[in-house]
Amino acid sequence: MLKQKKDNRSSYIILACAIGALLLVLLLENLNLILPSVPAVLLPTSQLFTVLKKAAVYSLVAVSMNLLNGFTGLFSLGQAGFMLLGAYTYAILMVPAAAKDQVYYLYGGAALNNSLQDILNGVFGSTGVGGTVSLILSVLIAMILGGLVAALFAWLIGLPVLRLKSDYLAIATLGFAEILRAIFQWQKLGPITNGANMIKSFPTYSDFNIRAGGKVVCYLSTFVPFLVAIICIIIMVLLVNSTYGRAFKAIRDDEVAAEAMGINLAKHKMLSFVTSSFFAGVGGVLFAMYVANAQAKVYTTTMTYEILLIVVIGGIGSISGSIIATFAYVACSEWWLRFLDAETYIGSFKVPLLRNGFRMVVFSIIIMIVVLFFRKGLLGDKELPEAIRRWKASAKVRKERKAQKAQKEAATK
Amino acid sequence: MQFAVSILLSGISVGGQYALIAIGYTMVYGILRLINFAHGDVFMVAGLLGIYLTATMPLYISLPLVLIGTVILGFAIERLAYKPLRTAPRMSVMISAIGVSYLLQNLATYITGGQPMTYPNIAILTKTVTIAGTPTKMAVLVTPILVIILVVALTQLINHTKIGMGMRAVSKDFETAQLMGIKINNVISATFIVGSALAAIGSMLYFSCYTAVTPTIGALPGLKAFVAAVFGGIGSIPGAVIGAFIIGICESIIKGLPSAWDVTVFSDAFTFALLIIVLVFKPTGLFGEKATDKV
Repeated sequence: MLKQKKDNRSSYIILACAIGALLLVLLLENLNLILPSVPAVLLPTSQLFTVLKKAAVYSLVAVSMNLLNGFTGLFSLGQAGFMLLGAYTYAILMVPAAAKDQVYYLYGGAALNNSLQDILNGVFGSTGVGGTVSLILSVLIAMILGGLVAALFAWLIGLPVLRLKSDYLAIATLGFAEILRAIFQWQKLGPITNGANMIKSFPTYSDFNIRAGGKVVCYLSTFVPFLVAIICIIIMVLLVNSTYGRAFKAIRDDEVAAEAMGINLAKHKMLSFVTSSFFAGVGGVLFAMYVANAQAKVYTTTMTYEILLIVVIGGIGSISGSIIATFAYVACSEWWLRFLDAETYIGSFKVPLLRNGFRMVVFSIIIMIVVLFFRKGLLGDKELPEAIRRWKASAKVRKERKAQKAQKEAATK
Repeated sequence: MQFAVSILLSGISVGGQYALIAIGYTMVYGILRLINFAHGDVFMVAGLLGIYLTATMPLYISLPLVLIGTVILGFAIERLAYKPLRTAPRMSVMISAIGVSYLLQNLATYITGGQPMTYPNIAILTKTVTIAGTPTKMAVLVTPILVIILVVALTQLINHTKIGMGMRAVSKDFETAQLMGIKINNVISATFIVGSALAAIGSMLYFSCYTAVTPTIGALPGLKAFVAAVFGGIGSIPGAVIGAFIIGICESIIKGLPSAWDVTVFSDAFTFALLIIVLVFKPTGLFGEKATDKV
């Protein structure tokens, strides 16, 4: 009974955090409209919002990878491939008919004549409220389809490869991602995938800003990725806390013991793999919207490694850790550590080493330090509230010990 | 005919270069059960070392120095990034390997400025020779011969020296080997040294044919070499070499297919498809030993 109550409380906390984060983003984004003058960092062109958007996208992908690697113990390196599937599904379905000829000019037009939005525009109308409804609906449908395509391919490749052991699974999924990348660059599929060229001109986040008379009256371009990412992450948290989640953890901790306890290994591994890929696909859609194009050569193994390293920094098996690590990582790489890439002079003294590329070197050294010396990452496999509780408890113990020691010393004197 | 010969030749030479990398993978995997993701980047660094050293020194000094530099790098990676994790779960070591790969690539980008660098002209290797009416580079001819010589030497090393016996023992059973008084750290270091030296030789041959060195160039040959090692049966040196030759030839054939089909993009994908097929149908590869899981 008591347990039940506690669980309810923690889910309220999660919900409150999520709503709080969303409101905060909404407020931050629109402060420049409310207040007469704001610091440069709050202007819509600020680096802050780029970071927030990218971090929202990456945190979804990182959590989806953590679901697989951290909670189920399946070491998969195919995340970029599933993102690619999501991104391309979205891009192919959403390029408006008017832009098709321009985007697919090398292939003399596209195989699909209409975008989802065009079709829905026909139903709801393309202006005013009808236009908004058709935009939201079409993006939503394309997003879910993107996830489903990724999940379908995950199911297909999962059938043979999920039987493999840890590192073989890693290399097989990595190879699968590379195969996907090659297929999407194939010239023969040009009318659909635009070959090796990028697909662009589809709706992005800025299309969600509410405009009136040519002026933006309400910014939503950062709010939208946050909303999608938060909903997806909450679904994954629910999954992890369900009986399925407990089965995943059992598989991670000891496959043989889990099987002996009656857990269907194949079924649960597949469920975890497909779910993770679904959300990686949705993450791919969000990423395509973030960079405003879809191009196969972006979704390389380096991207997977980047996400894996974020997961490692946050702690394998901690969702809140992954989220915190993503925001820290993206903020550092896109914003705070940018100065490392620029040649800097203090007076006439040229600061040594600072040159293009130095930021990434510093980054990889930090990552190696985390991997070697702080193997548990930021939060280990605990979630944030528990980590704070433990930290507090250990601080208390330390304090008590100190007090005891002082007492003893006083007594001996 | 001439076309077929040229495809076969380039396939054999690429295969030989993959073979030299694949041996490093297969030996490390045999001993540590670790996919050394950084091995491809060691290969790339060897290429860069070649460029920087030959810029200031004559070839007969710089090439041995490349070899030594690469060996030191391989040794250092093992000592700094893998040794501290010896008791950690396998996943941690693999993540560490990915981290090292990331570090080497970023370091190379930083030092070169991200520009493709041109590999120096090693006159002996780039000289044009004509085989069966097909003009080709000397490197193409040298590669398979060199690979065979090196593999024979390596098998001698493994079968007839003390350190080789140590390697075989450690790859059979890590803990028992330790109990039998084998200094496993020395054996592991020796493995990395041999692997890196072969990667350095491979890089000289490879970059004599494809002259541009970029920071990410090691990743793909590295992965392909790993596939070759899996294909041949991981842990088996002759297996890795044969696997590498097969992959090299297949890749070269795919690249040579009529351009109307436009399948060159699949030359890389083919390797990975092969990997998945092998892993699913014959996970032990061509010559691998069957491993049983103990609870």
